Amino acid sequence: MKILLMGNPNVGKSVFFSRLTGTSVTSSNYPGTTVEYTEGYMKWRGEIVNIIDVPGTYTLEPTNKAEEVAVNMLNEGDLVINIVDATNLERNLNLTLQLLEKDIPVIIALNFWDEAQHKGIQIDVDRLERLLGVPVIPTVATKGNGIRDLINKFDYREIMDRDYGKTEKRWAEIGKIIEEVQQINHRHYSLLDRLEEVSIKPLTGIPIAIIVLYLSFKIIRFIGEGLIGYVTEPFFETVYKPMILKLSILLGSQGFLHDLLVGQLIEGEIDFGQSFGLLTTAVFIPFAAVLPYIIAFYFILGLLEDTGYLPRLAVLVDNVLHKVGLHGFSIIPMILGLGCNVPAALAARTLESRREKFIASTLMAIAIPCMAQIAMILGLLGPYGGKYIGYVFAVLGAVWIIVGLLLNKILPGFSSDLLLEIPPFRIPSIGTVIKKLWMRIVSFLRDAIPFMLFGIFIVNLFYVLGVFDLLAIGIGPFLNRLFGLPQEAITALLMGFLRKDLAMGMLAPLGLTAKQLVVASTILAIYFPCVATFAVLIRELGIIDMLKATLVMIITTFIVGGFMNFAFQEGGFTLLGWLIIILVLFLIKYIPNINNREMISENKNLIS
Amino acid sequence: MNQLTLIELGQGEKGRVFGFEGGQGLINKLNAMGIRQGKEITKISDSFLGGPVTVQVDNIKVAIGHGMSAKIIMEVDK
Repeated sequence: MKILLMGNPNVGKSVFFSRLTGTSVTSSNYPGTTVEYTEGYMKWRGEIVNIIDVPGTYTLEPTNKAEEVAVNMLNEGDLVINIVDATNLERNLNLTLQLLEKDIPVIIALNFWDEAQHKGIQIDVDRLERLLGVPVIPTVATKGNGIRDLINKFDYREIMDRDYGKTEKRWAEIGKIIEEVQQINHRHYSLLDRLEEVSIKPLTGIPIAIIVLYLSFKIIRFIGEGLIGYVTEPFFETVYKPMILKLSILLGSQGFLHDLLVGQLIEGEIDFGQSFGLLTTAVFIPFAAVLPYIIAFYFILGLLEDTGYLPRLAVLVDNVLHKVGLHGFSIIPMILGLGCNVPAALAARTLESRREKFIASTLMAIAIPCMAQIAMILGLLGPYGGKYIGYVFAVLGAVWIIVGLLLNKILPGFSSDLLLEIPPFRIPSIGTVIKKLWMRIVSFLRDAIPFMLFGIFIVNLFYVLGVFDLLAIGIGPFLNRLFGLPQEAITALLMGFLRKDLAMGMLAPLGLTAKQLVVASTILAIYFPCVATFAVLIRELGIIDMLKATLVMIITTFIVGGFMNFAFQEGGFTLLGWLIIILVLFLIKYIPNINNREMISENKNLIS
Repeated sequence: MNQLTLIELGQGEKGRVFGFEGGQGLINKLNAMGIRQGKEITKISDSFLGGPVTVQVDNIKVAIGHGMSAKIIMEVDK
């Protein structure tokens, strides 16, 4: 038996899914997370039932890719559970009525039942059931209310096969139904309503956004540093190190196997940052240096998602993102990219046009360092002072803006407008947040560990074979001239393709100056996405667009790296450096807009 | 009765959707979000430097980009 969960975005569909299947899935307040549909299983009266979480859709007359997927899935199911937001019955019934016209049985879960009552919305369930002709069950999915009644209806097989006629007639029918079943009692304007509005209005919303983001970064750093300082590093130093030291002695303190597993001993000691063995550095970087920040970041992100704050951020940055040819919603792939670029590349697929997908993916891959890399940047540059870390991020910010402005000028095609539902603020359930955090940690470790082990293995192999020396002599002088980096840094840049955190780790033993670290961190972020992101981007953009994006990245790396080497003197940018940045930003205005006219005409075509 | 675009409607003011200056694609998208002819909506926040207009329709808030907002014709009693 195959059961489809269908409904508008933000109706709590994913919560039903995880309730029914017991498997944890990502459930967030913003539309887009469930574009890739999720499948799960449950046992029902001795039978295995296949449950599919269909991407959220407002209508069966598809307006985007996600909705097309949803319509196509209708042919495969035995039963649809239509999840309806009781606080927005009218709009939700549009999808319901369209479903009732299809050749498939439908039952309805009237979710957020408690919230509707709170808001003074009264719905006559019996009458609604009679009017629609199908079972209607009030539910509060987050608390599990009504789920059992829903499960008891899994054998419902009556097909309505209604015909409500064209769009206008359908809305008229909905109007009639609403009039008969729904009664709204006037209710006072609550404090929460007020907060919801001030968080959207630019004048109050922007300061609130700045505070929220500032606090988020502070908390992430606090949790990350705390975990490293009090948990992971002490564990590795006091528990793990003696064990590995014994192994080192057992292996005779030298030889290929020893160097591969334990790595180089630094003054007779194991240095987790510098030894580069499979059991030392390859384990230390992901678990001790990066994992604490991954935990911190995804915990905060989970809270921001589940409270419904992220769509508000999309509204506030919409005007800025229009300047780079995107609209507000693209802030979501950018924020996800701060955790890991892979899910960010996947999130960019919900954007409408090929042009927008290209711009968003390229900007994300170029200028958004992932948390693994950020953690290493903080670790390496932190001792020199916050100023240097600030420079890395400021340069990446400037790169994001300048590359975005340029791409917007030269790329043909259209960019669409924002149209986004802003869900109410909801108090996140701690259970869901923790579940989601756990899933993301597992997926980080699953992706990171093999690449990290493979990377360290290659490093050792290349080291033994002398490949690195060859490269250092071959390309090193050029790098030295352009970026001011020592020849050995080339090896780190190469390994950055496997994992950025590994590459940052390889910079540690080189004894770089603060300036060299700033330059290296920045070009490592810009020059190429890691192989995992690269693979996803090829799939999402196609090989041609990905080659174009790669070209943009390489050119940007040379320009930015060279510029930083030139402009960064004695702990900061020179006056000339600043002037060049300002001049570039100013001059971009005068580059002719290649596609402006086409943009308007194409936009009209799209709409009509 | 007075007609104006959603951009021109004042912040905090209520109006009825009169029509759309765009094709079926635009109308379908907006309809799906609950914004359709004859619907009463309240403007929560104005467009700021080309940013979106936010409106309240029944129990939901919807952010509508500047370009789209200029194509929504509202009707107000004045």
